[in-house]
Amino acid sequence: MIEHLVPAMVEICGPGGVVTDPLDLRTYECDGLTSHRAAPGLVVLPRTAEQVAAVVRVCAGAGVPFVARGSGTGLSGGALPRTDGVLIVTSRMRRIIAIDPDSQRAIVEPGVTNLSVSNAARPFGYFYAPDPSSQQVCSVGGNVAENSGGAHCLKHGFTVHHVTGLEIVTPAGELTWLGDGTGGAPGYDLVGAFVGSEGTLGIVTKIIVKLTRIPQMVTCLLAAFETTGAGGNAVSAIIAAGMVPAAIEMMDALAIEAAEAAVACHYPEGAGAVLIVELDGPGPDVRREAAAARALCEQAGSTEIREAVDPAERAVIWAGRKSAFAAVGRICAAYIVQDGVVPRTALGPVLDEIAKLSAESGIRVANVFHAGDGNLHPLVLYDDSSPEATAAAEELSGAILDLCITHGGSITGEHGVGVDKSRYMPKMFGADDLDTMQLLRCAFDPGGLCNPGKVFPTPRLCGEVPGAQRGVHPLVASGQAEQF
Amino acid sequence: MAGDAVLRALAGACPAARAADAGDAVAGVAPRYAASPASVAEASAVMRAAAGQGLSVVARGSGSRLDWGAPPRGCDLVVDTLRLDQVVEHAAGDLVARVQAGAGLRRLAEVLASAGQQLALDPPPGGDGQQQMGTATVGGTLATGTAGPRRLRYGTPRDLVIGITVVRADGTVASSGGKVVKNVAGYDLGKLFAGSYGTLGLIVEAVFRLHPLPAAAAYTTVDAGGPADARRAAAAAAASELAPTAVEISRAGRDQPVRVGVLLEGDPAGVGERSAHLRELLGAGAVTSPDAPGWWGRTGSGGPAVAGTLIRIAFWAAALPAVLAVIDTAAAAAGLDPLVTGSAAAGVIYVALGGDAGPAAVAAFVAAVREALARGEADARPASAPVPDSPPVLASAVVVHAPPPVREQVDLWGPVPGLPLMRAVKDQFDPEHRMAPGRFAGGI
Repeated sequence: MIEHLVPAMVEICGPGGVVTDPLDLRTYECDGLTSHRAAPGLVVLPRTAEQVAAVVRVCAGAGVPFVARGSGTGLSGGALPRTDGVLIVTSRMRRIIAIDPDSQRAIVEPGVTNLSVSNAARPFGYFYAPDPSSQQVCSVGGNVAENSGGAHCLKHGFTVHHVTGLEIVTPAGELTWLGDGTGGAPGYDLVGAFVGSEGTLGIVTKIIVKLTRIPQMVTCLLAAFETTGAGGNAVSAIIAAGMVPAAIEMMDALAIEAAEAAVACHYPEGAGAVLIVELDGPGPDVRREAAAARALCEQAGSTEIREAVDPAERAVIWAGRKSAFAAVGRICAAYIVQDGVVPRTALGPVLDEIAKLSAESGIRVANVFHAGDGNLHPLVLYDDSSPEATAAAEELSGAILDLCITHGGSITGEHGVGVDKSRYMPKMFGADDLDTMQLLRCAFDPGGLCNPGKVFPTPRLCGEVPGAQRGVHPLVASGQAEQF
Repeated sequence: MAGDAVLRALAGACPAARAADAGDAVAGVAPRYAASPASVAEASAVMRAAAGQGLSVVARGSGSRLDWGAPPRGCDLVVDTLRLDQVVEHAAGDLVARVQAGAGLRRLAEVLASAGQQLALDPPPGGDGQQQMGTATVGGTLATGTAGPRRLRYGTPRDLVIGITVVRADGTVASSGGKVVKNVAGYDLGKLFAGSYGTLGLIVEAVFRLHPLPAAAAYTTVDAGGPADARRAAAAAAASELAPTAVEISRAGRDQPVRVGVLLEGDPAGVGERSAHLRELLGAGAVTSPDAPGWWGRTGSGGPAVAGTLIRIAFWAAALPAVLAVIDTAAAAAGLDPLVTGSAAAGVIYVALGGDAGPAAVAAFVAAVREALARGEADARPASAPVPDSPPVLASAVVVHAPPPVREQVDLWGPVPGLPLMRAVKDQFDPEHRMAPGRFAGGI
C-alpha cells in the first residue's frame, strides 16, 4: 500500500535501514502491550536526526501516517504501528553525546537506554533520576513520549522534571530545538507540553536531561504487615510525619506469593502485605528518617522489619518487587497489568473495593503498587484460552479504572493512554477538555499524520485557522515581528 | 452609546463588570472595561461576552507584576481574578491543594502551614522589600512562571502544577491534569500555561503538588573573591552530597566581592551536621545562620525591591564566570554598574539596574549582552556536543520589567528558540489574538 515510498526511504536510510519483508515487519507489530497488533506498512531505522526529518518529510508529502518507536517497551500501545503507515524506529540513534557534570546535564539521542545514561554519569557522581522498571532496555526517547516515572519518582519526579531541551522533528519534517538546556528559555514551555504527548506532536531526536547527584546514603526498609490496610496506615503516617521517601512500594499476599515462587525473595512468611520504603539523601538525615519510619511502621502493626543499607542487601529487598510482574506470569498464563491512580488517602477503600470485585467475579487480582503516590498496578489474572474469561478479566480491569476515576484519580499514572485507554479519556475529561488539549495537537500536527489514533478517542479536525497566513513575512520569520 | 451596549453585555455575564478607571491601566494602556467574576461560570460568561464584542482581554491578579512583559497592543477589558480567591481543597494527606487563581500566595501559605506543608515557590518580596510575601496571587505566579532561590530543588511553577482549569478566549472552560501527582492522562496544559503571560487564556484554578515544611533551615554564606571563586564555591555546594535547596550569589557592583549563599533544609540535627561540612567546603570566612542574609532572593522573584530594570539571564551553570564577564563588559561600555543576584547553581541570575539608569544606556547594555550571548560567549557547551548536537545558543537574556522609557527602547524578550511553533500554539488557542496581545515573547 505504501511500497511507492520505499525508494525514497532507501535513499534516506540506506538499504540496511529499511525493512519491507513481511516476516520482518511482523517483529514490530506490537510494543509491550501485546494485545494490540498491527504490522507496519514499512519500517525505517534512521541513524541521524536529519534522516528522521527526511523520512517525515516524505511521509508528510505523501500524506502517509507515521509512528515513532523506541525500544518498544511501552505498555499502552503508544507505538502500535499503522498498517498504512511508516514506523520510524530510533533504536540506531544511540549516541550519548555529552555527559556534563559541570552543568549537571547530559545530551543523548532518543535510542539511548535509560540506564545507560546513569551508567555513563556514575563515574562523575551523578545519575539520571527517572527509573522506569524497564530501564535496562527502555529508551530515553520513549521516556520523553510517555513522561515515564519509576519507583523513585515519588521524591525525584518524572521525565518532565528532568528534561531541559529537546531537538524534535516536527510533523512537517522540520528539525528544531525546543528549549536550550537551561530550563529557562523564553517563550511557552513547549518542552513541558511535548513530554508525555505520546509521540503525537513530533519525533524527538536529541534530549538534554538534568543529572542528579548520587545521594550520600540510601537505606531501604522492608516492613511486613498482616493486611494492606495496616501497610497503608504506615504509609499515611510516614507522609504525615513530613518525610518524602524516594520510594514507597507495596505488594499484597498474592503478589508476594508469586514473587516468592519466582525468585525466592524470602519476604517474611505469611505476610498479608509488604512495604518497601527507600530513603535517600545526606547520611545524617537519612539515618534519622529511617529510624522514624521504622517506628511508624511498628506503630502501624508491622510484624517484621528489615533494613538494608548496602547496595547488595537493597537489591535483595527489591528483587521481589522488581520480579513481581513476571512472577505473576508464572502462576497464571495471562494477566492484565492495570495502571490507575487514586489519591494516596483513598488507597484503603479502593483496595477493599478491588478485593470485593475480585471476590464477586472469582477473578484473582494481585496488587503491586507505588503506594507513596497512589499508583496502583493491579494484575488481573485470567485464562486466555477462554474468550469468556478474557472478557470478564477485561471487564474487571475496566471496573478498577472506574474506581480510580470515582475516587478523583487518573486512568494512567505512568503507562500512558496510547490505544489502550483512549476510550476511557471521556470518563476522566469532558468534551471541552479534550477539545482544548487537541488544540495543541493541531498546532503541531494539523494534518493528523503523527501517531494518529492514540490518546484521544476522537480526533479534532484542525480546520483552517482564522487569520492564518499563507506566506510568512520575512520580519515574522526572523522573529522581529508578529502579524495579527 | 455603543460603549454602554458593550458594558451591558459584559454586566449581563458578570454583574461586577464596570467601566475601567485610571487604576486599571496595564503597563500604561488604559482599558475601557473591567470585570471581577465571582465564579468560574461568571468568568466563562464574561469571556464569551468579550469574544462576542471582539474585545481584547488582559487577565489580572493582584496586579503586583502587571507591568511585566510588553504593554498590550490592545486592552479593552481587564478581567481580575481577585474574587476567585478560594482555597478549594487542601488534601493534606495527599500533599495537594486545589486553589482558585485569585487566592493570595500569602493566605495559601497560612492554610498549608497549619498542616506543616507548603507550596514550595519563593513568593516575591513584599513592598517593604523584606523577605516577606507580597500580594501575589496563585494565578499571577503561574502565569508569569516566577520562582526564587529554591528553584534548584523544587523547580518553578511548571514543576509543581499538577492540574489546571482555564477559560479560553471564546469562553470555553477546560481542565487538564487532575489532583493526583502521578498522572499521564492527556496533554499537560498546566505546563503550557505556566509562564504564558495570559496570552493563551484565563487561568481560573490550579492544583499543586505540596511539600512538607522543613523542620529546620540554615543559610551558610561566604564572600568569594571574583567570579571564578564564586563559581568554584557554587559548584562545590551543588556537586556535594549535602543536598542544597538553593545556591545563590549576590554582587553589589563590578569590583565588589561575590557573596555566595547556600540553603540547607531538613532535620534540625542533620542540617547542623551538613552545615558544618558545607563551611569546610566553602572555606575560610563561611558562616551559618538560621536567617537568610539580607540580599537573599531580593530580585530572584522580581519583586518591588528593584524599581528599575530587571533582566533575567538563563545559562548552563558552568558558564557563571563567563556570564558575569559578559555582563561586566556590556555594563562598562554602557556606563552602568548593576547589581547581580540569583540562582548560580540553577543557571538563572538577575541583573538589576536602578531606576536612574538612562534608557539609552540600558538599551545598549541589553543589546550588548544579547550580542555576546548570540556569539556564544556564555555557552558552557560540552566539547563533545558542537552544534548541531546541542542547541545553537545555550543562554538567554529577558527583560523581566523596566520603566516605561526603557521599555520603549528595548525588545523585552529577545530571540526565542522555537518561535514558529509557539505562534502556531497561540493561533490555535486564541485565533483572534485577543488575549494579552503583544505582551509575550516574539510579539505573541
